[in-house]
Amino acid sequence: MSGTVSSRGWPRPGVPLIDGIDKVTGRARYTADLDHRDALVGRIFRSPVGHGEILRLDVSRAQSLEGVVAVVVGEDCPQTYGVLPVAMNEYPLARGKVRYRGEPVAAVAAVDAETAERALALIELEVRELPAHYTAESARAAGAALIHENRPGNVERAVHHVFGDPEAGFAAADLVRDVHIDCAEVNHAQIEPHAALADYDPATGQLTMQSVSQVTFYLHMMLARCLQMEESRIRVIKPFVGGGFGARVEVLNFEIITALLARSARGKVLMQLTREENFLTHRARPQTTIRLRVGMRRDGGMTACECEVVQRGGAYAGYGIVTILYAGALLHGLYAIPAVKYDGYRIYTNLPPCGAMRGHGSVNTRHAFEVLLDRMARELGLDPFAVRRMNLLGAPTRTLNDLLVNSYGLPECLDRVERASGWRERIGRLPRGRGLGMACSHYVSGAAKPIHWTGEPHAVVNLKLDWDGGVTAFTGAADIGQGSSTMVAITVAETLDLPLARIRVIAADSAITPKDNGAYSSRITFMVGNAAIDAAQRLKDLLSEVAARRLGVRREDVHTAAGMFLARGGAATAVSFEEVAREALVGEGTLTVKGTFTCPPESQGGKHKGGAVGATMGFSYVAQVVEASVDEDTGQVTVDRVWAAIDCGHAINPLAVTGQVEGAVWMGMGQALSEETCYLDGLPAHASLLEYRVPTIIESPPIDVQIVESHDPLGPFGAKEASEGALASFAPALVAAIANAIGIDLDELPATPDRIVEALVARRRRARLKSAHETEP
Amino acid sequence: MRQDQRPPARKRLVRLNLNGRWREDAVPDHLLLVNYLRETAGLTGTKTGCDGGECGACMVLIDSVPVPACITLAVRCDGRSVETIESLAAGDGLHRLQRAFHEHLGAQCGFCTPGMIMSAAALLRRNARPTDAEIREALAGNLCRCTGYVKIVESVRAAVDDAP
Repeated sequence: MSGTVSSRGWPRPGVPLIDGIDKVTGRARYTADLDHRDALVGRIFRSPVGHGEILRLDVSRAQSLEGVVAVVVGEDCPQTYGVLPVAMNEYPLARGKVRYRGEPVAAVAAVDAETAERALALIELEVRELPAHYTAESARAAGAALIHENRPGNVERAVHHVFGDPEAGFAAADLVRDVHIDCAEVNHAQIEPHAALADYDPATGQLTMQSVSQVTFYLHMMLARCLQMEESRIRVIKPFVGGGFGARVEVLNFEIITALLARSARGKVLMQLTREENFLTHRARPQTTIRLRVGMRRDGGMTACECEVVQRGGAYAGYGIVTILYAGALLHGLYAIPAVKYDGYRIYTNLPPCGAMRGHGSVNTRHAFEVLLDRMARELGLDPFAVRRMNLLGAPTRTLNDLLVNSYGLPECLDRVERASGWRERIGRLPRGRGLGMACSHYVSGAAKPIHWTGEPHAVVNLKLDWDGGVTAFTGAADIGQGSSTMVAITVAETLDLPLARIRVIAADSAITPKDNGAYSSRITFMVGNAAIDAAQRLKDLLSEVAARRLGVRREDVHTAAGMFLARGGAATAVSFEEVAREALVGEGTLTVKGTFTCPPESQGGKHKGGAVGATMGFSYVAQVVEASVDEDTGQVTVDRVWAAIDCGHAINPLAVTGQVEGAVWMGMGQALSEETCYLDGLPAHASLLEYRVPTIIESPPIDVQIVESHDPLGPFGAKEASEGALASFAPALVAAIANAIGIDLDELPATPDRIVEALVARRRRARLKSAHETEP
Repeated sequence: MRQDQRPPARKRLVRLNLNGRWREDAVPDHLLLVNYLRETAGLTGTKTGCDGGECGACMVLIDSVPVPACITLAVRCDGRSVETIESLAAGDGLHRLQRAFHEHLGAQCGFCTPGMIMSAAALLRRNARPTDAEIREALAGNLCRCTGYVKIVESVRAAVDDAP
């Protein structure tokens, strides 16, 4: 276990997850593991075509099949849903039109799986096919069929931002270079497939929903909207969740469909999607093309950048507007660039909708940017580390686009990985076929402006102290494996100076826990952590009053240590936490306190349109070195080793931080090496874990993680995010390592053997042509 | 379609040793072992993560050999011994693999963990002192999406070093 010593002065190797034993024993109950003996089985009938008008949908034969209890269709839900209030353009079940192959059209609930599947086969659908667009280029072409009537040119959102004076910047540059990068679409491929268990009680009109959600509050809201039910009659519970990575940060069609079925069946329905259906549900990182131009002085200082991003968004809005805004906003915040022009286009296509995936919006732009920096450094004869050091921000500062940067550990991250990888001694001295590459990245610690502006704090945590001396923390934050419940327990335990075992965490049950916006944009540690500390501090203040009375000293002379309240200066005057707790309950009963956190206004972004996206209380910073080998005969790229340093402000749980960074680096490796979805006329061709190539343990390298603590002034104990920022710097570092190993500059991701071989063949062809040309008389 | 047109379910009596205890169930021919374990025996530690043989989340031991339960018919287990994650912790304590996965964060979301631990348990039974390369080879059929496998290798290594 890696250990660091915090500013709080105690050694912290980190602690295992508080729910870890349930996971290693198989006792943890995920959605599909919940008791469903009396539940019906749900199945979804999906569109067989990419784009079409529904002429006839006949479910009567399915309905009359023995054992079928409910069938629902688009008419059963006339309300749209979606994650952004300005872009709810999707029905849980298609109405009027279908817009991608695999879009839900009808659903059945039956006594068993066989019956449900037979019922699907009895559903009759007649569709008038419309021209379908499977690429952004085709969808943007003149005369293209409109996927949504109100979006001319199939442009979901165009963004045009200019900060500073790019023209003057480019004029001042010694070198101006372009790059045109294409990144394939990737999928979260979380190992737990989607599932939902909905229980409708017709006697009380109450619905209990258990689902794989990362955003139980949004699910609650959308269920009320789509089922036209009072919010107070709905209860949403998150059981154990087997990974998310963004797959579940918006409400998904199958969740609403399951609830519609349960209400129609007046009972309980379990829906489990196949792996193929998980790929159809999608909501992951879009295929993206990036045209980027950077101006640089001879010394490596950047003068300007100009970036055009086109995202193939799929058939519905989802998070799309936010994704295309992030892709431009996070050009800022990593380096000091005097002028930045950004043009982003989010395009509707007849494919499964894209959404948020780890490093939301930032990853592909960052890839192009770092790749170009590497190439320009080479051209100018500069070391890539030196180029980064020429362009550092000075914190605290505000970026050109008004993002707050209070802490900035990137310089130390650069030093750490340069040293750990032996960069200076090894770069340029490795044998042919082996190379080193480096890159940097960053990510937000929570979106400071909430999607739904209600005036509430950004996070609320309740604490209960009872007669047993135990403290229970109630949080709506969704632990999806990242360890957020453990984070809450640690912040409370540290604030109260109690052993971790004394803290229990109850999370994400709308009947019990306070509302929380959910597990996305790496918001939980920063927001919920601060709220937990606030709650614990309030409890501590309250107990300190009691302890002061008991010890006969003034309140300000009481302090805590290892489960005791002590009077300053006198060793004999101490009283245990339990005694104080019992005394505090006299005349009061069980104590409950509440803590909150609200993102300060200065963190909530600029006034320009779209200015809220990218705005955060603090960024994580990462520098990364990748060592890779390339087989020039087969094109096979092997990652030998990775060094990553993260500035996460303060590591609340160093064990969890290293785990998150390893996972993020590795997920970046999957995108860089082998992962890509693939569609043939809109039909997903990589819709399994065999064809969609997630790296196995065999291809996965050792990853050396270093923690840098820059102590953010607003962070909980100084902490910032640690789960997303490390992803984006892997791919550009790998592409730089490939260039270093074999001199090939790759413009496409992933770096599959066929792409490497193609580049090698093209290089040989160019060399032959050149030598033939030179030998001509 | 009416109920009497439904093809009759074919079941046969299967006797197998599940986690050290013999039991007997009437099992349809087409029932997969993973569904037998989860639905018939109520042991939900064994997970389904894919559409068949892709991810290893359902790995169990049949006569000590790791096998994906999602591509195994329950009827094929007649007379054999089947072990799931629920069998590993003996008495009050955790199995050393479970302890190591817990302490070294070999499990993040935990969904692949039971299958991963069962593959590792099979390895340690046939090879008490595996090298890192042997650990990687033994776990090559188990996908994890959270850890990048770094702490999984560390966890198995720690369990090996913890051997009695």
